[in-house]
Amino acid sequence: MILTEEKKKYLEDKAREIRRSVIEMLVEAKSGHTAGPLGMADIFTALYFGILKHDVKKPEWADRDRLILSNGHICPVLYATLAEAGYLEKKELLTLRKYGSRLQGHPHREFFPLAETSSGPLGEGLAQAVGMALADRIDNGKNSQKFFYCLMSDGELEEGSTWEAVMLAGKEKPHNLIAIIDRNNIQIDGHTEEVMPLEPLADKWRAFNWHVLEIDGHNFEEIYAAIGQAKSVFNRPTVIIAHTTPGKGVLEFEGKYEWHGKPPTREEGEKALKELRTLNGRLKED
Amino acid sequence: MENNLNPKLYELNVEQESLREGFGRGLVRAGEKNKNVVALCADLKESTKVEDFANTFPERFVEVGVAEQNLVSVASGMAAMGKIPFAASYAIFSPGRNWEHIRTTICYNNANVKIVGSHAGLNVGPDGGSHQMLEDIALTRVLPNMTVIAPCDALEAEKATLAIAELVGPTYLRLAREKSPIIMTKESNFEIGKANVLVEPEESEVAIIACGLMVYRALIAARKLEREGIKVSVVNNHTIKPLDETTILAVTKKAGAVVTCEEHQQAGGLGSAVAELLAKTNPVPMEFVGVADHFGQSGSGAELMEHYGLGVDDIIEAVKKVIERKNGN
Repeated sequence: MILTEEKKKYLEDKAREIRRSVIEMLVEAKSGHTAGPLGMADIFTALYFGILKHDVKKPEWADRDRLILSNGHICPVLYATLAEAGYLEKKELLTLRKYGSRLQGHPHREFFPLAETSSGPLGEGLAQAVGMALADRIDNGKNSQKFFYCLMSDGELEEGSTWEAVMLAGKEKPHNLIAIIDRNNIQIDGHTEEVMPLEPLADKWRAFNWHVLEIDGHNFEEIYAAIGQAKSVFNRPTVIIAHTTPGKGVLEFEGKYEWHGKPPTREEGEKALKELRTLNGRLKED
Repeated sequence: MENNLNPKLYELNVEQESLREGFGRGLVRAGEKNKNVVALCADLKESTKVEDFANTFPERFVEVGVAEQNLVSVASGMAAMGKIPFAASYAIFSPGRNWEHIRTTICYNNANVKIVGSHAGLNVGPDGGSHQMLEDIALTRVLPNMTVIAPCDALEAEKATLAIAELVGPTYLRLAREKSPIIMTKESNFEIGKANVLVEPEESEVAIIACGLMVYRALIAARKLEREGIKVSVVNNHTIKPLDETTILAVTKKAGAVVTCEEHQQAGGLGSAVAELLAKTNPVPMEFVGVADHFGQSGSGAELMEHYGLGVDDIIEAVKKVIERKNGN
């Protein structure tokens, strides 16, 4: 996993395309979440275009890495990334949230088997990821070549069930489990530290016997380095606290919790697409 | 005419064993038959009888601690990787505490998880109402994709365990703590979704449809009624979902009146399932033996069954009442 300048440019271009798709989907759907999908576009890009072991020709490949999306409400970025990677036609993205679409408002495996789990209700993804890793350990032990990536929001760390799963993973220590938290500091009712303080977040996870890393979730070099380190830690699971800007890529949306659960109007969307900045060079400063 | 019944059923020294013990045996056998069977428990390994499996197959057992939400969602993850997880706890906690986790991570995913709820019903006795789960059949049978099974004795619990290990899909298995009489035999048939007609006299006047520990009481009631010249059929309806509509319609059409018996709230359980079927197809007078919108309390199982109207005499009374209604009195 070496990140050359060329590869970095490639990832930046992909991320911009994914953000573009997310905005187009939300405008067309007229409902859905804006801040989270845009904020996580860089991490999804890094995962699907560099990190994950997957094969678009064999979506059910048994030895693929598993990406478990716990905070299902950011699924537009999952759908858009999968389309960018060739798993579905881009035009299908515009069916998001519509009657008869595979692209349900929150992912449902029955409609969309490319999602490893159905999700939406918060605080349930990590437990499923832990279960997958434990099942895999029964079959493959420490020789497993698979990694289980659980993508979570910071808001869902307020769910007690999240910590049940954190505790079990701290006990069982599956080495190939990597949780990535979208630490964007917002939730529906406001800023996390006002609604329900999560800090000291890294200390909490450390106390539960996880290996903890903190990164800028928009910096591909840091994403790559953190995943590389997580993969090399063999005696415990790793959590990567990825500091992100909600709504990243569109100044109008950035950092505002009001954009957690609403879509841009057509006018706002068109403006956003115009404004969608090339991420080239800017991200390290943000 | 009595089918497949334990010859000692009506004797005082009838063999007794708890449903959970039958389950524990069945789970080890299921594990021997299929290496993908795994078990999870939430700090109740001994009392849910998962212990033998855990000792026999330690690498296939996960102890999650007192965390029932995690119990079922971890099980869902294991099922996604091809395992057949049995997630065991007390019914009050699972499917009680963790219902939405079961809905989303198991039923909505259509994950092949077996939820085992032990210590269901009033028979938990001294522990009191907080632990007497009387709503679990209602909670599970409303969930799409879910199969719901309430065996009547330890032998049937063992057979049901083996059968659900082979059934692909979410399943709830309801168990009880206390020892209870062995009703069936090792040879008697158990098939998911196929009700067993245990007693069906010529000219049956009422069909008693029961599940779980109430099957024994229904059989005793039928015997007493027979001495009074009242002929009733008794159906062991172990599978509440999917309901065996064919058998239930056949016995109720013949009898023309129904009494359902369950150690559960009258609302939402076996009685409701039967009533939903009959209202659509063959409405006949019906009485419900079950808990009438109350929580339980401390006491012996027998005391509580009497107190909440689940005794043999209560079944007899319900049968007589439904006959009066049938006859238009």
